[in-house]
Amino acid sequence: MTRVGVITFPGTLDDGDAARAVRRAGGEPVALWHADSDLQGVAAVIVPGGFSYGDYLRAGAIASMAPIMQSVIDAARVGMPVLGICNGFQILCEAGLLPGALLRNAGLHFVCRDQRLRIETTATPWTRDFSVGDEIVVPVKNIDGRYHADAATLQRLEAENRVVFRYAGGNPNGSLNDIAGVCSEDGRVVGLMPHPEHAIDELTGPSTDGLGLFRSLLGVLAAA
Amino acid sequence: MTTVAPADTVANAAATPDQPQPYRELGLKDDEYARIREILGRRPTDAELAMYSVMWSEHCSYKSSKVHLRYFGETTTEEMRARMLAGIGENAGVVDIGDGWAVTFKVESHNHPSYVEPYQGAATGIGGIVRDILAMGARPIAVADPLRFGPADAPDTRRVLPGVVAGIGGYGNSLGLPNIGGEVVFDRCYAGNPLVNALCVGAMRKEDLHLAHASGVGNKIILFGARTGLDGIGGVSVLASETFSDEGGPGRKKLPSVQVGDPFTEKVLIECCMELYRAGLVVGIQDLGGAGLSCATSELASAGDGGMHINLDAVPLRAAGMTPAEILSSESQERMCAVVRPEHVDEFLAVCRKWDTLATVIGEVTDGDRLVITWHGEVVVDVPPRTVAHDGPVYERPIARSAAQDELVANAPDDLPRPADLRAEILRMAASPNLCSRAWVTDQYDRYVRGNTAAAQPADAGVVRVDEETGRGIAVSTDCNARFVALDPYAGAQLALAEAYRNVATSGAVPVAVTDCLNFGSPEDPHVMWQFQQAVHGLADGCAQLGIPVTGGNVSFYNQTGATAILPTPVVGVLGVLDDVATRIPIGFRRSGDTVILLGETRAELGGSEWAHVAHGHLGGRPPAVDLAAEQRLARLLAGAKALFTGSHDLSDGGLAQALVESCLIGGTGASVTLPGDDAFIALFSESAARVLVTVAPEQAEAALAAAAEAGVPARVLGTTGGTALVIDGVGELPLDELRTAWESTLPALFG
Repeated sequence: MTRVGVITFPGTLDDGDAARAVRRAGGEPVALWHADSDLQGVAAVIVPGGFSYGDYLRAGAIASMAPIMQSVIDAARVGMPVLGICNGFQILCEAGLLPGALLRNAGLHFVCRDQRLRIETTATPWTRDFSVGDEIVVPVKNIDGRYHADAATLQRLEAENRVVFRYAGGNPNGSLNDIAGVCSEDGRVVGLMPHPEHAIDELTGPSTDGLGLFRSLLGVLAAA
Repeated sequence: MTTVAPADTVANAAATPDQPQPYRELGLKDDEYARIREILGRRPTDAELAMYSVMWSEHCSYKSSKVHLRYFGETTTEEMRARMLAGIGENAGVVDIGDGWAVTFKVESHNHPSYVEPYQGAATGIGGIVRDILAMGARPIAVADPLRFGPADAPDTRRVLPGVVAGIGGYGNSLGLPNIGGEVVFDRCYAGNPLVNALCVGAMRKEDLHLAHASGVGNKIILFGARTGLDGIGGVSVLASETFSDEGGPGRKKLPSVQVGDPFTEKVLIECCMELYRAGLVVGIQDLGGAGLSCATSELASAGDGGMHINLDAVPLRAAGMTPAEILSSESQERMCAVVRPEHVDEFLAVCRKWDTLATVIGEVTDGDRLVITWHGEVVVDVPPRTVAHDGPVYERPIARSAAQDELVANAPDDLPRPADLRAEILRMAASPNLCSRAWVTDQYDRYVRGNTAAAQPADAGVVRVDEETGRGIAVSTDCNARFVALDPYAGAQLALAEAYRNVATSGAVPVAVTDCLNFGSPEDPHVMWQFQQAVHGLADGCAQLGIPVTGGNVSFYNQTGATAILPTPVVGVLGVLDDVATRIPIGFRRSGDTVILLGETRAELGGSEWAHVAHGHLGGRPPAVDLAAEQRLARLLAGAKALFTGSHDLSDGGLAQALVESCLIGGTGASVTLPGDDAFIALFSESAARVLVTVAPEQAEAALAAAAEAGVPARVLGTTGGTALVIDGVGELPLDELRTAWESTLPALFG
């Protein structure tokens, strides 16, 4: 079974949910501890949501310097797929694996709501099973979710088709170009603010649309 | 370098019996001070005085409520006790929910700090209740917050409400706890005294239940979590045990008494405790809340079978030059106290190190029966712990029903002018502050974290799965209509119980336990004490009749400014069990073509109703009749026949009109209905109890009506779901868009 690492930092909250999503999609989640640098031979890594280190200094800033993150950076350099969800997205930006930054929501409040997202590219291991233009419904829940990048970076992201998810039917936080998630140059590292791991079961979420991200990954790795 | 004056030691106290002490400033009465001297056989040291003053404060000792709260114990039968694994007096009540699972839950108040500093007051309220749950050996799994504020459009509400909501979200979201329910109520009476109650639910395997007691001579006492500082000193004695006066603006003089929280430290503390419990490293545990170390040490020692020695020098501090009295009174947050066997201490400390949690051995369980605390090598506290923690003063406050109560009850709403246009009135009511959508508040809370939430606001009850394999879970609701309680405290308390019980039942869950947060005015006011006594009796008698026990709760007195008390507000929380949360009945009209059925009896009952309040500012008459037997029959029908029901919604504030509006808007489908009876106005706005709206597939309507008849529940078909409007025969058509605009715009317009 494909092994997918899920990192826990002090203050991480959605690691259990990410592990459940991996399991539900048919993979084997492997718990990774922030202070270890051993990736335990996993084929991909998820950096989950939460408030690592209490968002001290800046959200994701301290976690980005954890021993495990150096290993993630090294592995990403040679193509290991990485998914950063919410705080995970913030950590990947702080670690330099993704461009841009996440700022305070425009409305200045924490927002929890079921959000429509448009899939903008299927050229990543996390979105391969979708079609461009698909709309999925996934919860957003954050206070610092407003994606920002300078004009040159934004232009590049759009030109290189590196915006992966865009908010549809309303932008919950004022992020530029309605960007909900972006990817690295090679498309293997993806970060998004919404929480696909909370949309895997209609009993507990607004849809099962989130499963598609995890199934896509497992499909890509199986074929590799 | 800060130097501290030599401490007031026991030896010094014995040698200087006539030294004046500031006991009155610390909140103690003359006779209480005299009693302390009698207990100790000398004057208390500064540190002992501080301990007694905080522990004997109203908030900690329950001195005005104890004589009344005994009634809960007197009315709890063996049968009711059967499912209880821990009851009143423990950190939180614990209930057996089947399959080897135990659930602990409790609701507490943090009212006064939230008026002074809304964000931190509310945040630390969450922190405190979560630690109570943690101290039972449980993993906290959900929170819910009953909140009450002054009028929605009052300037001070604009100061308090957003801060409180941000504080609850800021702290609760950071702990990774889904917020699954609560209330937001606006009333003039809360203008200077907002109520911020916090409920937390925890789950554990039965065998993992931990109680707070020290036993085993030689066992070590370990303080872990945050450092101890100067914040919150006097929180219980100064803030929660006195009324606010008007001088100097909102509680200005009491600012340093508000505690300051750090949710990251608490999140790490939760994970650290879970690992300590899993490894079996804890004999007993207590959280540090109101009255800090004074409380934790005296309660742990009282509940054990030996004495205790504490070395105050070992307590890690975050402020220089703290005196023993200050260290003992500090209410610094995010701290726990564990009793650990000597052979487990190293492993305990190692787990704390892994989680970067400060942990220090500060004492041990001793022979004998005294709590002895040393500082700089000298004894500064030497007391019998029970006298601090449990044998505090017990007051028999005067009780007198005021004559004004008669006028209140006589002032019935029967002759209030009725609205000419019922359609317009429905819209107006739906947009009114107490009935409008609470999304502005609840969208600031994470409902998804941990992935086990099967229902959250605006559902009638929050539903959380406890066992991922079997689907076993719990449903919880908190309710109180304080206007009903003001009109008749005995019946009003029973109505609060009935509403919470009914809300749990609408999800299809079986109610099993009760918690309460009794928010009242000053106990020095005989009429308030009458309200309190009546409410306690009403609630206890109600629980006995329903066969479900109160497993724990909280009393908050002194909710008044000057001579004006809040309306008596006994918030009742009910917990229910679902064998499989997937079988819960969802809220609202979810499908087109379903048959809409009203369960229960509607009578002309407008006393204390939301309509009387909104349309006429009227409060008077009698509250709706209580019929707990009817509530029970209704609950059994819903639980037993839940497979038949495609949706449900309880009727409460705003009556049938509001239930119809919410069912359409929340479910997303319109409906065409005919009102019961021949008085449309009464049918729409009466607030008779024991009523629930349900939908069934049309081919199941017969079976549903038969099931209701068999269960002894009156049932009447009102109409059918479908379309994009709420169409009420003889009243008019309300397009969902128009209803939605009215219902959703009010709070955003007020609070931004």
